[in-house]
Order: sequence, then structure tokens, then C-alpha cells
Amino acid sequence: MRPFDYQRPDGLDHAALLERDGGALIAGGTNLLDLMKLQVETPDTLVDINRIGLDELEPTDDGGIRIGALVSNSVCAADPRIRADWPVLSRAILSGASGQLRNKATTGGNLCQRTRCYYFMNIDMPCNKREPGTGCSALNGRNRIHAVLGANENCIATYPGDMAVAMYALDATVEIAGPDKASRSVKIRDFHRLPGDMPQRDNVLEPGEVITGVTLPAPVGGTQLYRKVRERSSYAFALVSIAAVIRMEEGAISHASLAFGSMAHKPWHDPRIDAALTGAKPSDALFDKVADLLLENAEGYGENDFKIPLARRTVKAVLREATGAST
Amino acid sequence: MSKSITLDQPDQRNLLDRMAQGTIGKPVNRLEGPDKVSGVATYAAEFSAPGAANGVLVTSTISKGEVALIDEASVMGMPGVLAVISDQRMIARPAQGGAGEAPVQQVKQIDYWGQPVAVVVAETFEQARDAAKRLKITYNADDMSDVVLNPEDADSWEEGPGTETVEQGALPQAMSEAAYSVDATYTTEGHNSAPMEPHAALAEWDGTKLTVHASLQMLNYNIDELADSMGLDAENVHLLSPYVGGGFGSKLGISPDVAAASVAAMQLGRPVRVVLSRQQVFQSVIRRTETTQRVRLAADADGRLQGFGHEAKVTNLPEEEFAEPVTQASAFLYPGQDRVLKVEMGRIHRMTAGSVRAPGEAVGMQALEAAMDELAEESGIGPVELRLRNIPERHPSDDVPYSSRRLAECLKAGAEAFGWDDKDRKPAQRREGEWWIGTGMATAARIHNLSKAEASVTLMEDGTAVVATDMTDIGTGTYTILGQIAGEMLGLEPSDVLVRLGDSDLARGPGSGGSWGAASSGSAVQIACEAIREELCDMLGCEDEDLTLKDGFAIHNNKRQSLPELLNGRSIEKLGKLKPGETEDDFAQASYGAFFTEVAVNAYTGETRIRRMSGAFGIGRVLNEKTAKSQCMGGMVWCIGSALMEDMMFDHRDGHLANCDLAEYHVPVNRDVPHLDVIMVEERDPAASPLQAKGVGELGICGGAGAICNAIYNACGVRLRSFPMTPDKLIDHLPEI
Amino acid sequence: MKLAINGTTRTFDGDPRTTLLDFLRRDCDLTGTKKGCDHGQCGACTVLVNGQRINSCLTLTVMHEDDEITTIEGLGTPQDMHPLQSAFVDHDGYQCGYCTPGQICSAKAMLDEAKAGWPSVVTEDLTAEIDLSGDEIRERMSGNLCRCGAYSNIIDAITDVKEAAR
Repeated sequence: MRPFDYQRPDGLDHAALLERDGGALIAGGTNLLDLMKLQVETPDTLVDINRIGLDELEPTDDGGIRIGALVSNSVCAADPRIRADWPVLSRAILSGASGQLRNKATTGGNLCQRTRCYYFMNIDMPCNKREPGTGCSALNGRNRIHAVLGANENCIATYPGDMAVAMYALDATVEIAGPDKASRSVKIRDFHRLPGDMPQRDNVLEPGEVITGVTLPAPVGGTQLYRKVRERSSYAFALVSIAAVIRMEEGAISHASLAFGSMAHKPWHDPRIDAALTGAKPSDALFDKVADLLLENAEGYGENDFKIPLARRTVKAVLREATGAST
Repeated sequence: MSKSITLDQPDQRNLLDRMAQGTIGKPVNRLEGPDKVSGVATYAAEFSAPGAANGVLVTSTISKGEVALIDEASVMGMPGVLAVISDQRMIARPAQGGAGEAPVQQVKQIDYWGQPVAVVVAETFEQARDAAKRLKITYNADDMSDVVLNPEDADSWEEGPGTETVEQGALPQAMSEAAYSVDATYTTEGHNSAPMEPHAALAEWDGTKLTVHASLQMLNYNIDELADSMGLDAENVHLLSPYVGGGFGSKLGISPDVAAASVAAMQLGRPVRVVLSRQQVFQSVIRRTETTQRVRLAADADGRLQGFGHEAKVTNLPEEEFAEPVTQASAFLYPGQDRVLKVEMGRIHRMTAGSVRAPGEAVGMQALEAAMDELAEESGIGPVELRLRNIPERHPSDDVPYSSRRLAECLKAGAEAFGWDDKDRKPAQRREGEWWIGTGMATAARIHNLSKAEASVTLMEDGTAVVATDMTDIGTGTYTILGQIAGEMLGLEPSDVLVRLGDSDLARGPGSGGSWGAASSGSAVQIACEAIREELCDMLGCEDEDLTLKDGFAIHNNKRQSLPELLNGRSIEKLGKLKPGETEDDFAQASYGAFFTEVAVNAYTGETRIRRMSGAFGIGRVLNEKTAKSQCMGGMVWCIGSALMEDMMFDHRDGHLANCDLAEYHVPVNRDVPHLDVIMVEERDPAASPLQAKGVGELGICGGAGAICNAIYNACGVRLRSFPMTPDKLIDHLPEI
Repeated sequence: MKLAINGTTRTFDGDPRTTLLDFLRRDCDLTGTKKGCDHGQCGACTVLVNGQRINSCLTLTVMHEDDEITTIEGLGTPQDMHPLQSAFVDHDGYQCGYCTPGQICSAKAMLDEAKAGWPSVVTEDLTAEIDLSGDEIRERMSGNLCRCGAYSNIIDAITDVKEAAR
């Protein structure tokens, strides 16, 4: 860990200014400090935003809920409103990390979680995400945990988190404050980026911008599942995960929203999938079609080839369960 | 005064059963337990040393070549930095278990990615860690086209040093004539010991004597390894390891932190603490080799093995004399007059391969027991029945008898407790929702080792006792069982016995490794107590058979006298010495057992979860039912790791370990482990040790992964021959959904 | 800045890089809190901050002004053990002992979390009351690795304490 100047801003605006000038925001710190010890992250200034508020869950006027950026993962997952009305979010959060980490990790911080790519985390290895232009070591290296969707030769890293995958399925909105009291909202499905030619950028945050919260639209009900596949049964990142919100009416799917984790540089959402499901009667043919849509451009890089059949099979498991089809 | 026993004959005296205290074998709580659960038990890095500086190792970022330049100036100006040291006394590799001499020391000659090159010392840990990351080193790397990094590229295969090749009869012919046969090749991946306490050393130098608090398993060898590395006389080296936060082989020999801290302390003239980072524990100490194993089984119409082959390929760095003895249990477990046993080793430039919990059997038994399951299916004989039919009368190659062997009893007791159905073995029959459910079993076998050991026991004037040896307790329960042995022999409760361990100034014990610790050091304690009893008999004028020691009293001739009264102000100190003898060669000695497990395999994803697991084990005398069971349970957890997740993933381009932390190298977590049922099958083995006890620390890991493999097959009909059996390997073979 | 550790007020004015873990171990001489991985991957460093369990390796001391920290030393002593500590001894819920303080601190907070009605990923009905079954405890304790493999006994120990508290 390199030396840094520790700052505790007196409010959001101050935090945004410090961030704009190159400071790194620290909330829970469970990912940032991990990476600072490895010198993957080397901020000159550490901006501790833990005491600036943003730690409440509040109902919104349209029946949704606003989760403050500094609400811890534990508090969010345990909140009675989230458990009752947006259970896929509770389940996704609870499937991640450990009790200890969830107590520290925050809503905003978790959205900014960086990849677990072995080469990203090892500063002695070339990595375009860490040092643009040095190359992607994972492409021809150990890439069992890497992306099969939306990747390119610049970077095949995945976004590793769970919480955001559920938020994609729930069509959440990220609220962002900028310097000079500017603020904007970004659909979460547009918040994270694919690597493109700038794999160093995980998301659309600009310098000086701070996530202030995440808003969930009014509850849609239905069956809400989060399915996380991993060889270790807990305290492990997903090989593949699926967040599903499915509502059935009279034997047909009246609402469908699916998002996929650990398959791409961002949680994956394909509107064609939701459209294909909505209004349809559940059938294996339909589920196959969903898998086809999901995987139509999937590409493995060797060790991660298995994610393609794994995702296909997991889609079927989740949709059968969510629609009440027999297993 | 000392008493020595060489085990040339089985020790039939059965001394411990003759004693009156009744503590031996009991599930006594660990004597040091309250200290451990309260956080006051002190591990290597935790001792206080005023003025201690902190060192952090710098490791190589190339795989083969040499250090051209260490640019000390790149960090010497940083706050608090005291020194950059790259000294010929440092070690480039850990010492192998039992080496007793310095390992490879040329830290500037690079043989593997992650090799220690230098240590940066600073006032604080934070300063040293930063400077170590920023130290600029220039390398002259070798032409990589000449460097072998991967097992599949190894160009020559030699007989594994220390392993035994057996070629007996004509196995190919036996295979072709067999009523039932299996010829299958299995692979296992590298494993890391990953003890919870990272390797750590705190070294102090007074100008003559080097004192090091370290996390080490075998001080009796470590002291010579460190003395040799430093160019000191062994009497000027003092090692202290009262608590060791797990070792599992990785702390058998001195590790790079020990040498680096020592050199730095000597150079700076102040105490220096060096703790390996978790990444360095993974990348710079030891790995268990990956293996490729061909197993050939040739059985007659009754399922009795006529031919038996087990050939393994393993790897290590050039110059290392350790080869994973994969076929160690195969040599004695099953019959077959036509036999081939062989371990071949290839030389590759990956980190040092060494002993990881149960070297040999841990990976050899899981492959063998998977093959036995294939033979059971082939022959239509139940898996338990097949194993019962293949218990040889005498060692199939050495033609010696077995010492005690309760294998059949373990198989039967385990099967009964588990509710095992040996008849109905058709796979893919039971489905619960998304999950295929299946059962599997395997035999456990681990060679018994006995080691030279000394221990001193003092019966104090107040009637309590002190046991002292440089033996270590790495979680094995040594403090407690030595207290129980002394207590049983001297008529004391274990709480009245102070056990001092982990100090190299004390009597030389065997160290913790190879499951020999309890039987060896425990026997030394028993022998010392015998000598004390002899002296008491002299004082009382009686024979040992006529002396009863119980609850702090000496009872003889209907007279009951408290020990303080009898001792009358004096204390009796005796040194007990155990030497292995001819029983080693006269008997085939091993611990045995059986595993039974029920697994669930997800029909969609190939995730495997263990639903039930039980084991029955025969380990000679059980010294403490509680700690012995815990050892077995721990081994069973390792079986789950080996079967389902543990896999050191090396980069084939430079040989570096990609998954070098506990987030990416998966060891089992609590949720992976169901309630574990352990049955201890009562046994005495007089050939194994004077205690009539055998090894237990490693038995629980020897074969259980095979049981899980067999259960996966029984559950879903997929026969994997590649460990660990992760979803990516299962997915293409699962039935359509 | 000041913070309270096991009820005692301490002052910290050191290197801001100092993790809470290193502060406890080095500056407070409270070495019961263990460093197993230094990256939040093992749980050996678990302590309670204002009653909640966290990995002390992944937080900076300077971030804890006025916080109340409880370490294993604050739960009990060898002479006066906390019920969880006694249960770990009785059930042999450890071997080498290195992960143990973290396990016990974690278990303490985990029982409190369950009492507060927090669900886990194995909770079937997210809106029902929490029934702390063996599977629930196993999942909730999965952030504490034990390489010796004492898990089965750890569950027995915690279950004992849970039952006694009923």
C-alpha cells in the first residue's frame, strides 16, 4: 500500500471535489483496500465518505425504494421491504461474500467492485485494464472465470458481483452526484461498460461523480430467484449467476426480467430475452430460445468454454423453477 | 538419567492398559484450549521484541535466469526503510521435510516464478510492504524455449527419489487373463497446504546466538537447516514454536521467512520480523505435485486381485530430492502377485514440490479407490465386499506379516453406521428435485511411521509433573495427549501435568509430520515415566507390577501415600528415548479405515454437495478420543477439498501460480461440510509403538476423495477420472435436461 | 483520534495505512485477532465494530474514530470464558487455534444477526422468522475458514450455545 493523504470530507459536495482531483472514495473498503495492498490501486488521496449520510432506505413517490449508496449490503438484504417486495435483491446480496464482508460492503461500492481476473490482481502481469496497452494475459492464460459474452482481445475480465445482477433484473436506476451540485440518473443497465477499447473503465462514472443511491421501481411481484453456480457452496464468486423476476398469469408469463452474472464485463441483460418470455407460455422450447438469444454471440477462450453450456442449462433450471414447470 | 527402548520386538507389555488413572484414551479437552479460544496463545509473529524491524520478502517475477541488478536506491530513500538484503545465506526454496541441512540458497539464481530474491526491512510493516513492492530488480532471463514449465513438456522421467519401484510377475498377462479388469488413468491437480497462520519468523541476534520464534513443525531438523544456512553451529541457534497455526507439511522444513529474518537480524543488529503474505505462502513455499496415475487391476472371477499396477508421474524442481510417493499404500493394501508399482518424476520450473498432508496416499488412494469402484461395477461385486475379498494375508511384495490391521472391521462398522447398501449400485437412480443423489465408499490407508524421539519428564516435589520436548503441537493435540500419557503412567490428571513443547532447547522430539508425532513422542514420554516409576519402586522397595499410581497417590502393599509425601522434597527427572527398531522391517504397518458418503449432484449445473460423510478408522490405541476424531474429521474435510475444488492453477507460459490467494484457491468452507461421523475402531498395535498407537493425523485424507468420486458416479452416472471434479468437468457428461 | 477497544479508550495517530488488524496486533498488543490472509478471504481477523462482525484486515484504523471495537480478548479470558469459548473447548471446535478467535467473534455476531431477524441465502422464506438450523449456521459461518477442518465441531459448539440461550 502506497502512502496516501487521508481525507474525511464534510459532505457530498466536498467528496465530489476531492474525487475529481484524483482522490479515491472509500466506503466499505473491502475491495479498494484489497487492491491497494496489492498496489493495483495507488490513490494519492483516500476520501472516506462513511460519515456523509446516504445510509437510508427510503420509499419513493412511485412506490419504489431508494437505497442510499452507503447502505451496507447486510442492511439492504435484511430490510423487510426489500425482502418482501424485491426478494431477488436480498437473495443476490446474501449469496455473495461473507457476513463480515457484507457488513462493510456498501451499495455504491459494490456497484464499483472490480474484476477478480488473476492477471488484473497481479501487478507483475500485463493487463489492459490495469495498464492500458500492455495486453491481456488472460486471453491465452488461465481464464476459467472469464467472460464469454461481450469480451474482446483487449479484456476478457468479468464483473464478479451479485447485487448488481439483481438490480439489472429489477431495472434499477443509479443516482449520481457530480461536482458543483450537478446530478444525473443512469439506468443501471447502462451503468457498467463492456471493455471495448477502454477496458480500464468499468463504468460510466466521470471524475468528480459520486454514486448517491440506487432506486428500484415499484415492485412487480412474481417469483424472484437468484441462482448462483459455484463449486464451493459459499464465500465464492459465481461461475455463472442468473437473477430472474417472473410473474405468471393464467398459465402465461406476464412479466419477465432476467440478468446474468459472471459472464461478461458487466452484468448481462438482453431485452430480447425479456420480450421473448413476456406473454409466452412456458415450455422447454421457449427456454431453449432464451438460451439461444443469450448465447448467440458467446465465445469461450479455452478454460471458460464450459460457461456456455453451463449458462444454457442454468437458464433452463431457473426458468423451469420460476414458471413452475417440472424439473 | 535416561531410559531407552529400541522397538526390535512388538511391545506386548501393554503398559497403559495396566495403569489405574484411567485418563488415557478419554476425550479430554485440550489443555491449551482456554488459551486458544481466548486469544492468548501466542504464535510466531506475535511475540514482543522491543525495537523489532519488519521485513517483507521480494520474489522473482521471472521463471528462470538470474538477478542482474537490485536497485537498492529505488527504495532506500523511502521513509523508514532500513535495508535491502539479498544475501547468500537466504534460502531460495524451503527445506524439504527432514532435510536437516540448508536447502538451495542461491537467491539470485532464479529457478521459478515467485522465488525469494531479497528482503526489504523497514521500521514498520506498512513501510516495508510498500518498499518491497517498489524495489526495482533487473533480471537476465533465460531463453524460455529451453525452460520446461509444464508436466506435459517434461523431457525426461527418472525414478522418483525415495520411492520404491516394484516389478513382479507379468502384469500384462494377468490383465489379459483376468475375468474382470480395469485399466484407467486418473489425474490430480496441485494442492497447497494453506495453513491458516502464514509462515512467520521473528529473529533476534545477540552477536553469538540466534533466537527465532518461527512457525515450524520439526524443530529437531529445522535447527540444523537454519544453522547450516546461516553458517552457525547448531548450539548457537534457538528455535521456539510453542504454537503453530497449522502446517500440513508446509512448515516441515525452514521456509524463506526464517532465513530472511535471521540474516536481517544479524545484519542490522536488531530483532526482525518477517511474515509471508498469503500470496507468498501460495507461491513461494511448497505445492503438492499434480499427478497422472495409471491404475491396472486384474481380478479373477471371484473379484480377487491377481494383478495390480499403479504407476504415477509427478514433478519437482531440479535438485529436489522429494517425489510424492503416490504408490505408498498400493504397495501393501491389495494383493496381486503380478505387480507393477512405479513413481516417475519429471523436472519442471514451478515452485518446489514437497510434502502436503499425507504425501503419497492423499492423492494415490483417491485414484486407487476410484479404480476399485470401477472394478466393483465391472465384476458386479459390491464395493465393500470387493474390498473384503482383497485383504492380503502377507505383504504382497515383502512377504512379511501385517501388524494389527482392522480394515475389515472398519469396512463393516462404517457400512453399518452409514446404512450402506452394497448390492444395489445402479447409478442415476435417485433424484430429489434438481439433484441426483448417490453414495460411494472407499478404503483409507496410510503407512505408519515411527521416529526417533526423546522427551523429559519430571515428577515435581509437589506431586505434579512436567513434560518437556521440542516436539510441536500443530493442532494435532500433542499437548493434551502427552499430558494424558504422563498422567496415566504417573497417576495424575492431565491438568496436573505441565507440557512444554516447541522449544529447541528441550529434549529432541520427532517433530510433527508423517503422522508419527503422537506414537513417537508419546512413547518417549511413556519411557521416561517408566524410569520414574522404577525409581519410585526403588524408594518403596517393590516391583512395578505392585505399584499403583492414582490421583496423586502411590499405592503399594495396601499403603496409600501422597506423592509429595513420598518424594519428600525432591523431584525426579528422567529422559525417555525411543528408537525405531526391527519391527519396522518385520511387519507391514499402517493405519486403516473406510469412508462412506452421500452426495448430491445438480442435474443442471454439475455442482456437487456432500450430504453425509462418515468414516471408521483403526489407528492402534486411541490416545484421546476427542482429538483423534478431530484429526480424522479434518482429513475428511481435505477429502472434500481434493474431490471438489482444490486446484493450483499454474500459468503454462511462465509457471506462475495464478490463483494465489484464498479467494481463488478454494479450500472447503463450513457450508461444504456436513456433520461428520467418525467411528474409532478399538485396536492395539504392539509392533507400531510402545504405546501400541499408530498414526492418525493423515489417515482421514487418504481415500475419501475417491469415495466422493464414486458417489458422483452413483448419483449421476458420470465417471470422472480427473480431480477436482468441478462443474466444468461434469457439465458435458451429465444427462440431458 | 480516539476509539474504544474492549472498553478502553485508545488513541491512534499513526500511519493512515495501518489496518485495524495491525493496530490491534501491534499497537494494542491484542494478538488474539489473527492475520490469515490480509485480504478478507479467511475471516481470522474478525472483530466486532459497534457489535457487528467485520474483517479487521480490510478496514483502516483511521476510519474508526469513536467506534467501539470488541476483540476476542474482550469476550472472555482463560479463567472466565464466554459461553462460546467454553463450547469451542468442550466440542473441540478448533485444532491449531489460529482461526479460532475469528470463528468465535463471528459466531457471537452471527447469533445476534439471527436474533435481529437477518436472513441468509439458505433462508427459504425471506419474510418468515429465522430458524437457526444447522444449515443456516453453516452458511452464516462460511466466512471463517478453518484449514484444520473443525467445521463439524464448530457447528456443534455454536448449536450448544444457541440452545442454551433459548
